[in-house]
Amino acid sequence: MYTVFENRQGTAVPESLPNPLLPVPYRVLQNKRNTHDVFTLDVEPVNGGNFPHFLPGQFNMLYFFGKGDAAISISGDPTTEQPFRHTIRRAGVVTQALEKLKPGGVLGIRGPFGVPWPVKEAEGQDVLLVAGGIGLAPLRPAMYTLLANRDNYRKISLFHGARTPEDLLYVTELEQWRSRLDLQVWVSVDAATRNWMGDVGVVTKLIAKASFDPLNVVALICGPEIMMRFTIQELEKIQIKSDKIFLSMERNMKCAVGFCGHCQYGPHFLCKEGPVFRYDQVQSLLGKREV
Amino acid sequence: MELLEKILAQHSFLKDLEKKYLQLMVGCASNVRFDAGTFIYREREDANHFYILRAGKVALEIHNGGCEAITIETLAAGDVLGWAWLVPPYRWHADAHVLEMTRAIALDGKCLRDKCRDDHHLGYELMMRIVPLITHQLQATQLQLMDVYGVRK
Repeated sequence: MYTVFENRQGTAVPESLPNPLLPVPYRVLQNKRNTHDVFTLDVEPVNGGNFPHFLPGQFNMLYFFGKGDAAISISGDPTTEQPFRHTIRRAGVVTQALEKLKPGGVLGIRGPFGVPWPVKEAEGQDVLLVAGGIGLAPLRPAMYTLLANRDNYRKISLFHGARTPEDLLYVTELEQWRSRLDLQVWVSVDAATRNWMGDVGVVTKLIAKASFDPLNVVALICGPEIMMRFTIQELEKIQIKSDKIFLSMERNMKCAVGFCGHCQYGPHFLCKEGPVFRYDQVQSLLGKREV
Repeated sequence: MELLEKILAQHSFLKDLEKKYLQLMVGCASNVRFDAGTFIYREREDANHFYILRAGKVALEIHNGGCEAITIETLAAGDVLGWAWLVPPYRWHADAHVLEMTRAIALDGKCLRDKCRDDHHLGYELMMRIVPLITHQLQATQLQLMDVYGVRK
């Protein structure tokens, strides 16, 4: 039996993986296209049984037999019994192969791994979720959790930035969330033609327009590193403290249990101590070209 | 006029501006309204005004000949539209296309330019307010050019 480690919140992660280095076969139920280069895979265990419990922000290693594996955040709803859901952007050999999987196809999965978003710790406070591009996928389980426990939080604001309107993720869900009176949803794209009637510009600009209490807010950020740096700049302008800002870091993960060192980020192993970090844990590293 | 002064005094763009300058700004200000589909200004036209938006939505667009215009930024209530009135050659760099009926306070930039020439302290105050707008747009353009949401190379 694999010995569990404790994350920042003292939660055992993962709970009880038989062997964290051994992929478990899963069958594809659905392969749904989100954008021209992003797709979502729903999978279930080939041998039946329950889905491993996961927490918002955790990831799995998805293994395409004969090609290799890739760390993919879980993008489904942790509050309901659903197939494992992963939203993936085609970026390399493994994800290109995963994209071609059809219902019935089999892949290997190890996980869930990693430190989750601090959704429990955010109770009683305002919550900002800032997602850039595919960064909305790891934040979506956090949003599901917040909404399932809506009364436990104050104002909730979601900011989502994408390259173009065609690159926006989960459009139907965004529209549903936008129609809720207990949620502020802001969407912005970098460039658009006249057909787009929404906001255009960097997503960080929208933060100043939202209504929340900077002294009682937790910010969860996921996206390209430079976008996260600019977001942090905006949050610091309005006096949000560094221990209230959390970000999901991305590096090349291999073993996912802190053995191999591929994902080393300064003194941290992202797979084991991350991917979610409190900003003050990585503040001195963020933006350093060499790290 | 009293209402204009109140609105301008409360806007972050003119925050902490000396009263005499605020009153001068009020003298250069007027309420304006633009219908959806119209243009507040077009690229290369003389830039003689700028606008504090109070309601509505405006798209800054650039175009390449006969091709479809590309929106590079949208502005809404609370935003300040236009800085080219303070920077030679005082011409607009993009089209300001009204997406939703827009109400704004228009400020006479040409008049303010002349006053800045006579009163350098006023010029400094306005520059200190306009430069952050330009910086913001420069940083946003950098991010947009970097295509940060694209695949990492």
